[in-house]
Amino acid sequence: MWCVAVAAGSFRRYATYRVATAAGVFTNTVFGFIVAYTFVALWAERPHLGGYGQAQALTFVWVAQALLAAAALMGGGGLEELQERIRTGDVAVDLYRPADLQLWWLAADLGRAGMQLIGRGVVPMAVGALVFPLALPGDALTWGWFLLSVLLGIVVSFGLRYLVALASFWLLDGSGLSLISGLACMFFSGMLLPLRVFPGGFGEVVQLLPWAAILQVPADVLIGARSGGALLRGLVFQAAWGAALLALGRLVQSAATRRVVVHGG
Amino acid sequence: MTDPAGTDPEPLIDVRGLEKVFTVRRKAGRLRRVREEVRAVDGITFQVPRGEMVGYIGPNGAGKSTTIKMLTGILVPSGGRLRIAGIDPARERTRLARRIGVVFGQRTTLWWDLPLADSYELVRRMYRIPDAVYRANLARCVELLDLAPLLAVPVRQLSLGQRMRGDIAAALLHDPEVLYLDEPTIGLDVISKAKVREFVREVNAERGTTVLLTTHDLTDIEQLCRRVMVIDHGRLVYDGALDGLRAAADGERTLVVDLERELPPIDGVPGARTVRVEGPRQWLVFPAAQSAAPLVTAVAERYPLVDLSLREPDVESLIAELYARGATGTEPGRRTPDGQGAPA
Repeated sequence: MWCVAVAAGSFRRYATYRVATAAGVFTNTVFGFIVAYTFVALWAERPHLGGYGQAQALTFVWVAQALLAAAALMGGGGLEELQERIRTGDVAVDLYRPADLQLWWLAADLGRAGMQLIGRGVVPMAVGALVFPLALPGDALTWGWFLLSVLLGIVVSFGLRYLVALASFWLLDGSGLSLISGLACMFFSGMLLPLRVFPGGFGEVVQLLPWAAILQVPADVLIGARSGGALLRGLVFQAAWGAALLALGRLVQSAATRRVVVHGG
Repeated sequence: MTDPAGTDPEPLIDVRGLEKVFTVRRKAGRLRRVREEVRAVDGITFQVPRGEMVGYIGPNGAGKSTTIKMLTGILVPSGGRLRIAGIDPARERTRLARRIGVVFGQRTTLWWDLPLADSYELVRRMYRIPDAVYRANLARCVELLDLAPLLAVPVRQLSLGQRMRGDIAAALLHDPEVLYLDEPTIGLDVISKAKVREFVREVNAERGTTVLLTTHDLTDIEQLCRRVMVIDHGRLVYDGALDGLRAAADGERTLVVDLERELPPIDGVPGARTVRVEGPRQWLVFPAAQSAAPLVTAVAERYPLVDLSLREPDVESLIAELYARGATGTEPGRRTPDGQGAPA
């Protein structure tokens, strides 16, 4: 199957960026320490904020750092390359292939995410676990649900970033939109502060938005804030957003390739 | 084999009255915008039989790329009828993609950060190429395009010429019936250009692959295509033999001669006139349709000739002239397809 080859190629490709990976691990770890100490101070002042104990809050921090690159919590994640290909007209080459554009980029994104989960996720998580008391599950099953939830989260993240990239068919320069979308993801995924911490109606609404599926749900699965029916509901929530965004992406894609000029000669 | 009407019963590429109209909004005053129609391709008709190599030329913005995009199905025509091997490209883009190969001189289909071989492996899976066919085609491309030392090299480290050869191989691994080449020699040095042309010629001759070649390099056309189509302002202004283009355009060729010493301008050579003298070097122009041989003989007989070179009119000036004359219809130069197919 060519999708597997695209994913594998993308994985190998990101594996060749060794210096970038090392720099990313360092940045994620340092960033993790800063947020972790902030959370320590916050939870010392307000224990059980958002229903999390301090260990759970700290785990949330390190899960966020581990997923930062893989789930593209701050945007980017390789789809800026598609954006650039649309801007320069190179996307024409992609369209000449007997392959669906969305499926191609989804496969490439999953390959990238796989590499970055291992390359940039494991070390910060391990460092975090060594330095702070984390609430990590002891059973393999929870880890399995967590990985499934991470996969679904990455698909949702892809769905959003793919829409942003496709906007370049209509916009002359999509970088402004990418920036806004990256900032939105950083906030609404719960990376800055877990979404459960936000009070009232706002807290409830943000947990229904697609970004919640990218980090909030997987983190809750790992720290045991979701189990049983809540776990299932979380996964269905993620899968539903994933399916909806991919479907919307297909719709926009067909509009783009039917009605819009492919730039350049 | 001769078909005086120029319409084969089942041409591989069949284009009739093809149109592409873009709507552009233009500012007219402070807030008002007017919609304007731009006819990028304005009623083009041509047929290409299986196995033919055709040059498709025209100045920038003439509609070449738009035509190619419609032929490959990534743009939907506004009007006309279009079939490639019986397939409507816009409707069945993916099915068509398995049967065509596309090479852009200025873009690449190869994976930038991965070894060349990885891209080929992906092509194999994407086009579902049977193993035996893949191995044979790859071996042939590797041999003819000297790719062996490059297979393990990441594409970003390849020179332009190497990358171009890599791209051409990638487009041919699945045995496409039609190969679209869009400026395949742009930016290449003389040796790389020759290699690319030689390879394309072999593919056409051995496999009977139909080739549509877009280029600004008339040498590409001269060395590969007997038939040439010229497009300008979205219309075909010429479709016929290359030699006919020269005649149709009244182009002039230039003979540059180096004499032993400074001499007065050469004259009395029939059909030619001297336009420039610089020391022992002189420039003679003569109609492009006329052979240079008698001219050279005439000069050599009467003057102490040391060296000479021949300059062809470049394609841009030919086209410019062709269009400026408002070439009426394509009938005079209409091709006769005999002998233009590939050897069986």
